[in-house]
Amino acid sequence: MRRRMKLLAYPYSLWMAVFVVVPLFLVFLYSITKGDIHDFSTLEFSLDSYKRVAEPLFLKVIGNSFFLALISTVFCFLLGYPVAMIIARTNQKYRNKLLMFIIIPMWMNFLLRTYAWMAILSPNGVLNRFLGVLGLAPLEIMPGQGAVLIGMVYNFLPFMILPIYTVLVKIDRSLLEAADDLGANKVKTFFRVVFPLSIPGVVSGITMVFMPAVSTFVISGLLGGGKTPLIGDLIEQQFMSDRNWHFGSSLSIILMVMILISMAVMSRMDRKGSSA
Amino acid sequence: MKKTMKRLYMGLIFLFLYAPIILLIVYSFNSSKSRGQWGGFTLKWYADLFQDRQIKEAFIYTIVIAVLATIISTIFGTIAAIGINNMRRFPRKVTLNLNNLPVLNPDIVTGVALMTLFISVNLQLGFMSMLIAHIVFCTPFVILAVLPKLRQLNPHLAEAAMDLGAKPSYALRKVIIPQIFPGIVSGALIAFTLSIDDFVISFFTAGTQVTNLSILIYSMAKRGVKPSINALSTIMFLAVLILLLLINRKSDKGEELLL
Repeated sequence: MRRRMKLLAYPYSLWMAVFVVVPLFLVFLYSITKGDIHDFSTLEFSLDSYKRVAEPLFLKVIGNSFFLALISTVFCFLLGYPVAMIIARTNQKYRNKLLMFIIIPMWMNFLLRTYAWMAILSPNGVLNRFLGVLGLAPLEIMPGQGAVLIGMVYNFLPFMILPIYTVLVKIDRSLLEAADDLGANKVKTFFRVVFPLSIPGVVSGITMVFMPAVSTFVISGLLGGGKTPLIGDLIEQQFMSDRNWHFGSSLSIILMVMILISMAVMSRMDRKGSSA
Repeated sequence: MKKTMKRLYMGLIFLFLYAPIILLIVYSFNSSKSRGQWGGFTLKWYADLFQDRQIKEAFIYTIVIAVLATIISTIFGTIAAIGINNMRRFPRKVTLNLNNLPVLNPDIVTGVALMTLFISVNLQLGFMSMLIAHIVFCTPFVILAVLPKLRQLNPHLAEAAMDLGAKPSYALRKVIIPQIFPGIVSGALIAFTLSIDDFVISFFTAGTQVTNLSILIYSMAKRGVKPSINALSTIMFLAVLILLLLINRKSDKGEELLL
């Protein structure tokens, strides 16, 4: 029986080979070759596109994507942790309601949410009109990195709040009482008991914010105005308008490696954190 | 004092989360086309929206793709999960790791990789390629939702059914499927929301002939303001809100469903 049931997985294995493995292999192949992508016989081995990635201009773009994603992750953490904690400590009757109101914006189309920030931050948008009414000078946030950062924090904040909340709400209250009985003040209890216990939630929150932030091209495309492109914008350009698939593929491989490394680092921190 | 601080903080966070949405809703009734000015109440943009053929077409594509992708990936994923669950340790691990690739990979990489495949084999980008792409990224989530339920299943139940004379297909239908049904439902829900909300992967695999709502909004937003987008946002937001309120009302487990 077991042996026969196993057969049910084979069509899917074949499907994955065709639609998961082969596409990634093609991207890898194009990244290490040059030639006409429509004619496999013209492809020859070349690391030119990786050399191009190493040019200062493109290194700067990669560094910038990494940096912006990191900053937005930090902001999400600093803003989101207190929210998760407040909700976790609210009494059960209101907890689910609060949580629902955190989730609702996530259900709205991602592009519409970003589009809304265009209306707020654009040079003659709501924010500047408001500042004008107050007699203040207009801000030039959009297009620019400030606007991209706001867009990232806005879109990804719930991804930080939810996993931290899930961990915090499960913490046994008697642990806090024990810390209190043993003479720890609230600050000490937080840093020695609550925070270490919440590290798994923090780690998955960080991963869930950092990953989409570092690979986005929507937020930077709409709010950044192309002034400071991110690695996602570069990839999109190479595949959609410049038609340089070799360069685009190298960038994709580098993005994948970057994310794999950050995930490995995070899971190590997770293990360290939970064993401490 | 501390309580007021907390309330103030939560108030500010909710202001941050909802101000942009409320703004779009307000603008959808604004007769002035310029973003900063209030020109009086109007329903003009809603009328525009319902007459806009492009938007209508994109809406239909979004729904059709989401429904087809959900049905196919739910069936496909459930069958695959049953198979995977019966695999031996090593092949199971390999299959699950492969299954996780589209989940962990950034959308943009999945998108360009699929686009590369489709163009390399000369498949015209369009409805079919987009549907395949959606099934590719939805099925892993169905499997991840169904597998835990299969693990909890008592393996002797199916055997008992067959000892009592049930054919394997009958045992599957009458014993296994009913028990893993909650997992199948949540897998289908995840697949549907992912598909209906997807932009990045569709963007790379839809080509120029077919657009879904996300692609349309992106190109509209890039080109400049079109107030009918505001009307569209309002309708979509209200639809989501009503749906969530209904779910939440129907069961206290609504929260579980959403997460």
